[in-house]
Amino acid sequence: MPVHAYTSDYTGTVRDLAENFHGNHVVYVCWERHLLFSCPFAFLVPPQTSFRTLRDQLMAEAYGAHPQWAQIDWSQVNWSVSGAPFEPQLDKTLEEQGLDHKASLRFSTPGLDGMSGAGI
Amino acid sequence: MAAKKLSLKDKYALLTRDLDWEFSYEERKEAFPFEEFEGIKITDWSKWEDPFRLTMDAYWKYQAEKEKKLYAIFDAFAQNNGQLNVTDPRYVNAIKIFLTAISPQEYQAHQGFAHVGRQYGGVGARVACQMQSLDELRHVQTQVHAMSQYNKYFDGFQNWSQMQDRLWYLSVPVSFFHDARSAGPFEFLVAIGFSFEYVLTNLLFVPFMSGAAYNGDMATVTFGFSAQSDEARHMTLGLEVIKFLLEQHEDNVPIVQKWIDKWFWRGTRLLTVVAMMMDYMLPNKVMSWKEAWGMYFEEAGGALFKDLARYGIRMPKFADQIEKEKEHASHQAWWTFYTYGQAAGFHTWIPTDEELDWLSEKYPETFDKYYRPRWEYAKQLEAEGKRFYNGTLLQLCSTCQLPLMFTEMDDPTLISQRETHYHGEHYHFCSDGCKEIFEEEPEKYVQSWLPVHQIYQGNCGGPDLPGILEFCGINVGNDNLDIKGSPDEQRWKQWKGVA
Amino acid sequence: MSKVYIALQDNDVSRYIVEAIEEDNPEVTIIHNPAMIRIEAEGHLVVKRETVEEKLGRDWDLQELHLNLITLGGNVDEDDDRLSLTWNV
Repeated sequence: MPVHAYTSDYTGTVRDLAENFHGNHVVYVCWERHLLFSCPFAFLVPPQTSFRTLRDQLMAEAYGAHPQWAQIDWSQVNWSVSGAPFEPQLDKTLEEQGLDHKASLRFSTPGLDGMSGAGI
Repeated sequence: MAAKKLSLKDKYALLTRDLDWEFSYEERKEAFPFEEFEGIKITDWSKWEDPFRLTMDAYWKYQAEKEKKLYAIFDAFAQNNGQLNVTDPRYVNAIKIFLTAISPQEYQAHQGFAHVGRQYGGVGARVACQMQSLDELRHVQTQVHAMSQYNKYFDGFQNWSQMQDRLWYLSVPVSFFHDARSAGPFEFLVAIGFSFEYVLTNLLFVPFMSGAAYNGDMATVTFGFSAQSDEARHMTLGLEVIKFLLEQHEDNVPIVQKWIDKWFWRGTRLLTVVAMMMDYMLPNKVMSWKEAWGMYFEEAGGALFKDLARYGIRMPKFADQIEKEKEHASHQAWWTFYTYGQAAGFHTWIPTDEELDWLSEKYPETFDKYYRPRWEYAKQLEAEGKRFYNGTLLQLCSTCQLPLMFTEMDDPTLISQRETHYHGEHYHFCSDGCKEIFEEEPEKYVQSWLPVHQIYQGNCGGPDLPGILEFCGINVGNDNLDIKGSPDEQRWKQWKGVA
Repeated sequence: MSKVYIALQDNDVSRYIVEAIEEDNPEVTIIHNPAMIRIEAEGHLVVKRETVEEKLGRDWDLQELHLNLITLGGNVDEDDDRLSLTWNV
């Protein structure tokens, strides 16, 4: 039973459908073990955005304050989407590689595990 | 000759049960339409009894006395400029959170009890809910009155009702009550009357209020304890509700257990903000959040569940997780608010060196290892003139609506993220608890009004941050940002005659 | 056995109520916090009207307890003469 309601055929209005975002999608990004940023970020992006733009513009702006950002060797980074391993293709759009509305992207940077041994 | 005084028991019988009537020309079901759809079976409403046996006449008499005492203290507080006697202006920010995050929920509790107080077939339950509804209305009124004195002298109090409707982190308590109020009448009672009132409000109204007293805030401690004196009655009602439901029919046991599992988890998430108020916002400390949690959740809650075991009720499902979180929750929350302090309706700050030492002492297992280094880094940035603010919007949980700021408890440097899919859409959560709650009733939670998404949909002013904050009722540059350099701090120094 | 507890506002009336509780329940533990007094006991605790009246030197209705009460834990039972708090296990 998808809801315990007085009316037997009750359905809710889905508030966050992609069509409500005026042509954009929300994409979440989490840089593991860098808790200077206490939470994953939510980016508003057109689905035609290339992965390169996401990484080198949006993420760079959001994460750039961290001293380890500039040290990242992108060939060593592990990516995952919804818990499954993911190989980003930099010049394809987010949409083309399955990063759809409200997709959740995580990445870890081996050897760069935050500051002070505390994942900051 | 004076009339013989009725005994408490006789009076209760006459003034509650005897007020009920039989339905002669209407179906009972028509009169109480919401009584059955949740699956709860009631065979005999007359078994319901208020152990305090409070009747309306005594209720008005004692509530009036409580109010007289309370308002005498408010008057004295205002006449003696009590706002100048608090420990330091940082403290007042905890009270801003109280007014914006908690007081409006008293009003929702009032509305909720007024609604369910109409829906039960048993008159004892209806009378008890009527009293509780009035209590909750009294609470919001006294809290607003008490804090109006602070509003004359400090920023951040002026738009509390607009903030509660619009400000991102306030959707957490708002949605908690919306969830309960849109449930059936029995779930509401288990949610608010039992899970919330019996264990969780104690944590807010007892150790935090004792902390208010210790920080020189007579107005707050007085409304807090006055409210809590009603809560003592609510707690007792909450426990009676549970026992009553469990005794009425064995089929009720699994339904009630599920509600307990859900609402203890929802409540624990909600109280994260109180954890942060206790550990970081009280300059004079009474006890740590962890100690308060031990006393009121583990000890008092443990006793309660041991007592309920005879009905086949066990501890709430995520109790193990909850136990681990007491070491981390307050630190993770205050760090989040500190780093998003430009988007809050109150001031934030780095704890003083003495406070960092106190936290180390109270959290020997976790603080020095995981949290002190963050503050050392924040201090370094501040000293360089680069006070750290996080400028990117964050990911929210689709159930509790808190940011995904909690870590895996067995790996405290790794953020906890959970995901589910429903009708082709992704939904994200801070925890297994919140994910399970969603999966039980997705048609309810697909409707969550998540502020970050609402901002991105263009429904919250903006699109720049000052525009969004103004939409929320924040006086930008005065209410938000660090306490250092704030108008609050400047005025305080002037009043105290320090440069 | 689990602990029952009752917390009262720290004021002039509560002082006598606490004295009465101590007299009727010699095993209780009294804890003073800022602005409040917490009283704990193993399994059972009783507040008796008669004892409180004796300490206060005036008539006292048990329901007046609500004016000074902050919180409590345990199964409650109240009549004209006593309020008891109990855990069964």
